[in-house]
Amino acid sequence: MTPLASRNTPTASDIGRPESKWLGPLVLLGPSGIWLGLLLVMPALVILELSFVPGIRPGDVVNPSGLDNYTQIFQPIYLQVIGRSLFFAINTTIICLLLGFPVAYWIALLSPARWRNLLLLCFVLPLWTSSLLRSYAWITILRPTGVLNTLLASIGLPPLTLLNSSSAVLIGMSYSLLPYMVLILYASLEKLDRRLLEAAADLGAHPSEAFWKVTVPQTLPGIAAGSLLVFITGLGDFVDPELLGGASSMTAARLIYNQFLGATQNWGFGSALSMLLILAVSLAIALLIKYGDSTSKR
Amino acid sequence: MAIPRRNAKLGERRVILSHQGANIQDSDTIARRIHVSVIGPQAKTNPRASWQALFSLLMFGFMYLPIVVLTFYSFNQSAYSASWTGFTLAWYRKFFADERILAALQTSLIVALVAVAIAAVLGTLMTVGLTRYHFPGKGLYRGMSYLPLIIPDIAIAVATLVFLAVVAMPLSLWTIVAAHVVFCLSYVAIVVSTRLTGLDSHLEEAALDLGATPTQAFMQVLLPELMPAIVSGCLLAFVLSMDDFLIASFTAGGGATTLPMEIFSRIRTGVKPDINALSVVLILASGFVAFVAESIRYQGSQKRFK
Repeated sequence: MTPLASRNTPTASDIGRPESKWLGPLVLLGPSGIWLGLLLVMPALVILELSFVPGIRPGDVVNPSGLDNYTQIFQPIYLQVIGRSLFFAINTTIICLLLGFPVAYWIALLSPARWRNLLLLCFVLPLWTSSLLRSYAWITILRPTGVLNTLLASIGLPPLTLLNSSSAVLIGMSYSLLPYMVLILYASLEKLDRRLLEAAADLGAHPSEAFWKVTVPQTLPGIAAGSLLVFITGLGDFVDPELLGGASSMTAARLIYNQFLGATQNWGFGSALSMLLILAVSLAIALLIKYGDSTSKR
Repeated sequence: MAIPRRNAKLGERRVILSHQGANIQDSDTIARRIHVSVIGPQAKTNPRASWQALFSLLMFGFMYLPIVVLTFYSFNQSAYSASWTGFTLAWYRKFFADERILAALQTSLIVALVAVAIAAVLGTLMTVGLTRYHFPGKGLYRGMSYLPLIIPDIAIAVATLVFLAVVAMPLSLWTIVAAHVVFCLSYVAIVVSTRLTGLDSHLEEAALDLGATPTQAFMQVLLPELMPAIVSGCLLAFVLSMDDFLIASFTAGGGATTLPMEIFSRIRTGVKPDINALSVVLILASGFVAFVAESIRYQGSQKRFK
C-alpha cells in the first residue's frame, strides 16, 4: 500500500490498457461489486423470500404459502412492540432536537471562531467510545443504588427507580444520538447567511423574531436531516432498550433478535419484521427527500 | 468535521447519509462540507455569557458524565458503592489477567484489521472506478455501496445470517470478517470519495502525458494524494468494527467471540467492576484513534488548500 514500495513494481495489473477497454472498470469495480452483491444484495433478497415462508428454517421443506408472517405482525402484542419502538424513536428525536439545537447554535454562531472545530470535536468525541460501554455507564448511574440516587439522597430527595423503565431507554438513546443531531445542525447553522440576520436586525426585528423568521427556516433542511438520522437510528437501536429497558421494554429490534438468536426461533417472522424495519427506514428517507426538495424550491 | 460512530452508532456514516438524503444529487459536496473544516466568517463576538453558553456547558457535562463515572468506579475500591472508599488498581489487574477478555480482544483485533485491510483496497478501487467510469447502472451500484450506512445493523445482521445459513456456510471468525467488510467498505468509500472530488484530475493526466502507464499514474500520483483519506477512512472503519455487537453476534455462531459480544454477555448479567477498568482502557484507545484520524484528515485538508 505504501507509494514507495509500489514505485519499483509499477505494473501489477494492466489497468486501462488500450486493447482492454473493460479491464479497468472490471479491476476497479468488480471486486467490491461481487462482495456487496454476495453479502448485501443477495442476503436482502433471501430475507425477502424467507419473510413469505411461514414457520420454517432454511433447509426444511419449503412451503411458501404467503403472508402469514406479515399478518402475525398485526396481533395486538406485536403492534404494541412496534408502537413502543416508534414511541422511543419519536421521543428521542424530539429530545435530541430540543437539547441539540442550542448547543449547535452556540458552537456555530456564538463561540469564538477559532475554538469551533475543537468544541465540536470535543462534543462528539464520546461517539468514538463503545456504545455498549456507554449503556453500561448509564446502568451504573441509574441503578437503584447508583450515582443518581446517591446524589438525590445526599440532598434529601427521594430515590428514583429509573433503570429498567422507558425513561432509562429514552435517557440512553438520547445520550447516544445527541452528537449526531449536533453534528448535522452544526453543519447547517455554520453555513447560515449571517448577513440576513444582520439585515433583520437593521430592519428592527427582535432577536427572537429574527430567529424564527430567518434562522429556523434556513436551517430547516438540517433539522429535517438530523431528525431523520436520529429517528432511523433510534428505530433500529438494540443495545439501549436491551440493557436499560428491562423486560417490559420490548422493541422491534429486540423482537427480531429473539427470533434469530433468542429462545423463540422463528426465522420467517423475524425476516418479515426486518423487512418492515427496512421499509419504515426507506419510507422515512423518501419523505425526507420529498420534504427536502420542497424546502429548497421555496 | 469528521467525527463519526456507528450503530451510528457511529456516527459518521449516518451523518453523511442523512445529508445525502437531504440532497442526493449533491452528496459529494455535502460530504465534503462535513469533512472540510471551514472557518466561518468572524461572528460578532458576544462577551456576555449567554444562556446558550451555559446550556451547552451543561450538555458537555452530560456527554462526559458516563465517562467520568466509569473512570471513578474503575479506581474505587468498592465498585458497587457510589461513594469513594479508596484508590485501587485491582480492577485493572483483574481485567489484564482475564483470559476470556484478552482472547475476545484478540478476536476483535483480527476481525477489524483483516476487514479494514480488505475494505481499504476494495473501497479505494471502487471509489476511483465510480468517479472515472460512466456505465449503465452506475447509480444503482453507488446506491448499493452506501446502503449499509442507512439500513439498521439488525437488518444487515439478520440478512447475512440467513444468507449464510441458506448457502450452508459454517459460521466462524471469517464470516464475521466478510460481514464487516461490507460496512467498512462503505465508510472507506465515503471518506475517500470526499477527498477524490476535491482533487485536481489534471495531476494524473499530466503523469500520463509524461509517459507514465495508467498503473504508474494510479500508484504514484493518485494513491499518495488519496492516502490521508484512506487512512482516515480506515481508522473510522476500524473503530466501528471494534464496536460492532449485532452483526458479529449474528455471523459468529459459536465459532468466535468478539470483545463487544463478551462485554454484552457480562453486563447483561449485572454490574461487573472489572468492566469499568476495561471501559477506561477502551475509551482511551478509541480517543487516541479518533485523535489520530482527525489530525491526519486535518493535515490532509490543510495541504490541499496550499
